[in-house]
Amino acid sequence: MASLSLFFRLIVRPARREPARSLLIVLAVALGVSVVLAIDLASSAAAGSFRSSMETLAGDNDLEVTAVGGVADQIVGQLAILPYSIRVSPRIEDHATVVASGETVPLIAIDVVAEANSHKDQQVQDQNVDSRKIETPKIDGFKHINDADAIWTTRQLAGKVGDKITLLINDQKRDYTVRGFVPESAQVNGNVVLMDIAAAQNATGKAGHVDRILLKVPEQPGFDVWQQKLRAVLPSGVELNAQGSHTAANRRMLSAFRWNLGILSYVALLVGAFLIYNTISVSVVRRRADIGTIRALGASRNTILAAFLAEAAVFGFVGAVLALPLGRLMATGAVRLLATTVDALYISSRPGSLSLSGESVVLALVVGIGVAVVSALAPAREASLVPPTEAMARGAREYTIRVERTRDAWIALALALAAALAARFPAIAGKPLFGYLSALLLIAASALAIPALVFWITSVASTTLRKFMGVEAMLASRSLAGSLRRTSVLVAALSTAIAMMTSVGIMVGSFRQTVITWMDSQLPADLYLRPAGDPSADRHPTIALDLTDRIARLPGVESVSRFRAYEIQYEGLPVTLGSAETNLSRFYQSSGFLSRRPAKDVLKELLSPDAAIVSEPFANKHHAKAGDVLTLPLGEKLVKLRIVDIFYDYANERGYVILDRSTILRYLPDPSASNLAVYLAPEADLETVRNEIKASAAHSEVLIFSNRDIRHEAIRIFDQTFAITYALEAIAILVAVMGVAGALMSIVIDRRREFGLLRFLGAASSQIRKLILVEAGLIGILSNIAGVVLGVLLSLVLIFVINKQSFGWTIQFHWPVAILLGALTGVYVATVLAGIYPARIAQRLNPIEVVHEE
Amino acid sequence: MQSAATEDPISRLLSVERVTKEYKTDGEPVRALHDLSIEIGSGRFVALVGRSGCGKSTLLNLAGAMDFPTSGHVLLDGIATDQLSETQLTQLRREKVGFIFQSFQLLHTLSAIENIELPLLLAGHGNPRPQARERLVSVGLAELADRMPHQLSGGQMQRVAIARALVHSPRILLADEPTGNLDTATGNSILEELQRICIAHKTTILMATHSAESASFVDTVVHMRDGHIEEIVRS
Repeated sequence: MASLSLFFRLIVRPARREPARSLLIVLAVALGVSVVLAIDLASSAAAGSFRSSMETLAGDNDLEVTAVGGVADQIVGQLAILPYSIRVSPRIEDHATVVASGETVPLIAIDVVAEANSHKDQQVQDQNVDSRKIETPKIDGFKHINDADAIWTTRQLAGKVGDKITLLINDQKRDYTVRGFVPESAQVNGNVVLMDIAAAQNATGKAGHVDRILLKVPEQPGFDVWQQKLRAVLPSGVELNAQGSHTAANRRMLSAFRWNLGILSYVALLVGAFLIYNTISVSVVRRRADIGTIRALGASRNTILAAFLAEAAVFGFVGAVLALPLGRLMATGAVRLLATTVDALYISSRPGSLSLSGESVVLALVVGIGVAVVSALAPAREASLVPPTEAMARGAREYTIRVERTRDAWIALALALAAALAARFPAIAGKPLFGYLSALLLIAASALAIPALVFWITSVASTTLRKFMGVEAMLASRSLAGSLRRTSVLVAALSTAIAMMTSVGIMVGSFRQTVITWMDSQLPADLYLRPAGDPSADRHPTIALDLTDRIARLPGVESVSRFRAYEIQYEGLPVTLGSAETNLSRFYQSSGFLSRRPAKDVLKELLSPDAAIVSEPFANKHHAKAGDVLTLPLGEKLVKLRIVDIFYDYANERGYVILDRSTILRYLPDPSASNLAVYLAPEADLETVRNEIKASAAHSEVLIFSNRDIRHEAIRIFDQTFAITYALEAIAILVAVMGVAGALMSIVIDRRREFGLLRFLGAASSQIRKLILVEAGLIGILSNIAGVVLGVLLSLVLIFVINKQSFGWTIQFHWPVAILLGALTGVYVATVLAGIYPARIAQRLNPIEVVHEE
Repeated sequence: MQSAATEDPISRLLSVERVTKEYKTDGEPVRALHDLSIEIGSGRFVALVGRSGCGKSTLLNLAGAMDFPTSGHVLLDGIATDQLSETQLTQLRREKVGFIFQSFQLLHTLSAIENIELPLLLAGHGNPRPQARERLVSVGLAELADRMPHQLSGGQMQRVAIARALVHSPRILLADEPTGNLDTATGNSILEELQRICIAHKTTILMATHSAESASFVDTVVHMRDGHIEEIVRS
C-alpha cells in the first residue's frame, strides 16, 4: 500500500501534470507495438494461407506421389491394383480465373466417380474425406458427375445449383455449370472450384497426367515401411513424400521473407525504446529533489527502482492495450501488400483471415511492457542511486555525460569494428544472424558516438549560427550541447529511424536500379505473351501450341522463343524449372553470368546434353556452383544435370534451373509454352505485328506486352512489393517525430525559467518561439547527419550481407539521391513542425511566475 | 494615496500613480499592492524594504513593464506602460530597463562574457563584444570572461549579472534581493558596486531587499507593508 502511494505521488501525479507528453509517449509505444503486431498478423495471414484450400480439401491422407510434369495415369492404376489396402486419390491442382470477377481461384480435380462410390461404401466412408466435403442436392446426388462442364464451388462463387460460370484455364475460356457446393463445414479458405479429373485433364492440357496422388495407408506395419514398399514400385523420377511436404517446403521458403519483415517491424519499437529511455531519464533528472527527499524519509533504493520501472511498465501496458485494435487495423492494410509480394516472389497466396488471438494479445503485452521496462532499466537504476545529498545537484548527470563522451566515442569505434567483423560471418541455418548483429552493433555504435558528434557540431556551429540565424540559434545550439544527454537520446532515436529509412531506401533504390539494368539484358525480345489471369511465381499456365506456330509464321516475326516453366522441389525447397530456346541468336545475348564469361560461350555449352544454368538465388540457397551436378526428377527419370554457369536473376526468390528446350523435351515431351518471346524482323513495325498477333490469338486468352510494357509492369510489381517497407519506415519516423515533440515539451517545461529570464533581458515572445523552432530544426539536422552516416553503413550490411544471405541477390550499390533528399527534407520539416506546439507553450509562459518559482 | 515620494518633474524617471495590483490564487483575489503611489527621479538609489509578501517584487515587475496594474498607472520615463503594445513593451525594456535577480539567473550554457552580451544580442546588435567586455572590466572580472557560470563564485556570478543588466545602458536598474544569496561581505561589495554605478552612470536603481543593512548604501529607503508604503526615509 505504501509502495502504491509512493508510486502515485512520485510517478502518477507528475505524469498527470503533463498529459500531452505522457500521451505522446504512450502513443509512441502503441505505434511501435502495433507495427510488430500488424506485421505478425499480416504475414501470418498472407503467407500461411497458400495452398490451404488444396490442403483443406485433401482430407486425411498419409503420403503423396508427385513428379515434374505430372504423374502419369498409369501410375494411379499401378498403385490402385497393389495388393495392399491403401486408398489412392489422384488429383489435379491448378488455378482458374473466374472471368466475371477476375478472381483467380484454386482448381481442384478429383476422381469423382471413385469418390462417389467410396462415399456409398460404408466401410471406407470414415476414411474418405473429399467426397463428403461436396454437398449435392439429395435427389440429384452425383447425377452430373460425368458431365464435362460440371463443377462444384464454394457458395460465394455462385448463387445456386445450375448457375453458369465462365472460367479462364490456361489461355482458354470455358463455360461450366455449378452442380453443387463445398459446405462451409469444410472450412475452405477463400473460393475454390472442384471438377472431375477427366474434365480437368482436358481443360488444363494435362491429358494422361495428374498433379498429385494422395495415399492413405493402414497404420500397420508402419509409415516408413509403407514408404519403402511403395517407393519400390514407383519409377525413379517419381517422388513419394509425406502429405503436405509441398506446403512445408513453401513455409520453409517463406521463412526468410517473414523473418526479415518481422525484424524490420521492430525498428519502430526500437525507436520507441529510445524515447522511453529519454522520458524516464527526464523524469529522473527532474525529480532528483523528490527522490532525495523520499530517500531521506526512509525509502529504499529498490523502492525507487521499482517505482520508475513501474512507470515504464504503465507506459508499456497502456501502449500495448492501444496497440491491439491499432495493430489489427494496420494488419488489414498490410495483408494485401504482403499477399502481393508473396504472389510475385514466391507462391500463389490467398490472404487468410486476420484474427486477434490470445497469442497476439500476449505478444503485444510482452513486447510493449518488455521493451518499456528494459528501456527504463538504466535511468531507473540511476534514480535508485541518487543520494539525498545530491538531490539538488541538477547538473551533475549532464556533467557526467560531458566527461564520458570521449570514452563513449572510443567504445563506439570498437563497436563499429565489431560490426565490420560480424558482417563477414556466414548465415546460420539460412538466417543472416550475424548480419543483424552487425546492424545492431552499428546502431549501438552510433548511439554512443552521438554525444561527441552533438557536442562537436554544436560547439563549432554556435558562432556561425549566431551570425546567420541570430542569437536564438546560438542559444538553441548551446542549450542542446548543455543538455547533452537528452539531446543525444533524441538524436539517437530520430537518427535510428532516419538511418533505417536511408538504408532501406538505398537498398531498395539500388535493387531497383539493378533490376532495371538487368532487364536491359534479360528482355531482348520485342513482344512477350503469356496466358491471361493473375500472374504468380508458382503458376505456369500454358499457351496453345498451334498459336505459337501461327505467330511464328506471321510476316514481320523473325523468331519466337518458347519458354516453359515447371514447379519442382529441390532439397526440400520449391524451385522453378525452365526451358528456353537458347540457340536463338538474340536470346540471352547480353546475359550476365557470375563467371563473367561471354553469354554466347555459356549458351553454347548449355546446348550440350544434360547441361543447365541456375540462377543466383538458387545457387545461394543450395550452395551450388559451376561444375556441380544436380540430380532432378524429370518425368519418370532421375536426371543428372551439370551446372554450366550461374546467371544473375531478379525475377523471383525461389530460384531457377534453366535447360535448353531440346534437353527438357527429352524428359518432358509436352511442347506447350508458358511464355512466348517474339523477335521482330528489323524492318517490322511493332504495332502492326502486335495487331496481327492479336488477330491470330482471337480464340486464346493471352496478354501481349511490348518490351516497354513488360519493363513497366515489372517495376510496378517491384514498387508494390516494397510498399510495405516504406510504410514501416514512415511509422518509425512518425514515432521518432512524436518523441521529439514530447521531448521538446519537456524542454519547455524544464527550461521555463530560462525562457522567462530571456523575456526579462529583452527577448520578444517571437524570439522565444524562434528559439524552440531552431532547437527542433537543429535536432532534425543533427539527426539527419547521424542518420545518413549510419544509414549508409546499414545499407551496406543490408545489401551485401543480409540480402545476400537471405535471398541470394547481388545488388549493385546505387544512390537514390532524389528520393533520399526528399525524404530527409520531409523528416527535417516534420521535426520543425513538431516544435510548433511546444514553441507556443513557451511563448505563453508568464515570465514573472517562471523566473521567481524555485 | 497611501504615500508618495515627490520628485522634480523634470528629473522624474518612474511614476507609480495610485496603483492597485490584484492576483487570483485558487480563484480568490489577493491584493499585492493597494492604491500605491511613488515617484523616483533619475540617478536615485532606492531600497524597497519590507517583509516577504509585502509587494516589493510586484512593484519591481510593474516598474520594469513586466506586469501591469489592476488599476492606476505606471509611467517609465514618461511613458505609460499599460498603453504599449507587446512589441513596444519589449523595445522599452531593451532600451530603458535592466534586471538583477537574487539567484543571479545566468544562463549555464553561456560563458560570463556571452551572458553579458545577451541583452544586446536579443536587441539585434551585431557586435556586442566590446561593450560587454567594457562592462565586465567595470565590475572587475576582466580575466574571467570565458569562464562558465559553474566556474564562478556567488559574488562573481552576481557581478556578471550586474554587468549584464547594465550592458545596454538602461535608465533604471531593478534589483530583486541582489544580495539574498550572498554572505555579508560579498553582499556589501555588491551593494558598493551598485552604489558606484548609480553615481557614475546616473542610473536609477530600485532594489527590493529585506536587509536593513542595505539602507546605508542607498539614498532613499521605502518601507513597505501589506501592499502599501509605510514610510520613506531619505539620507
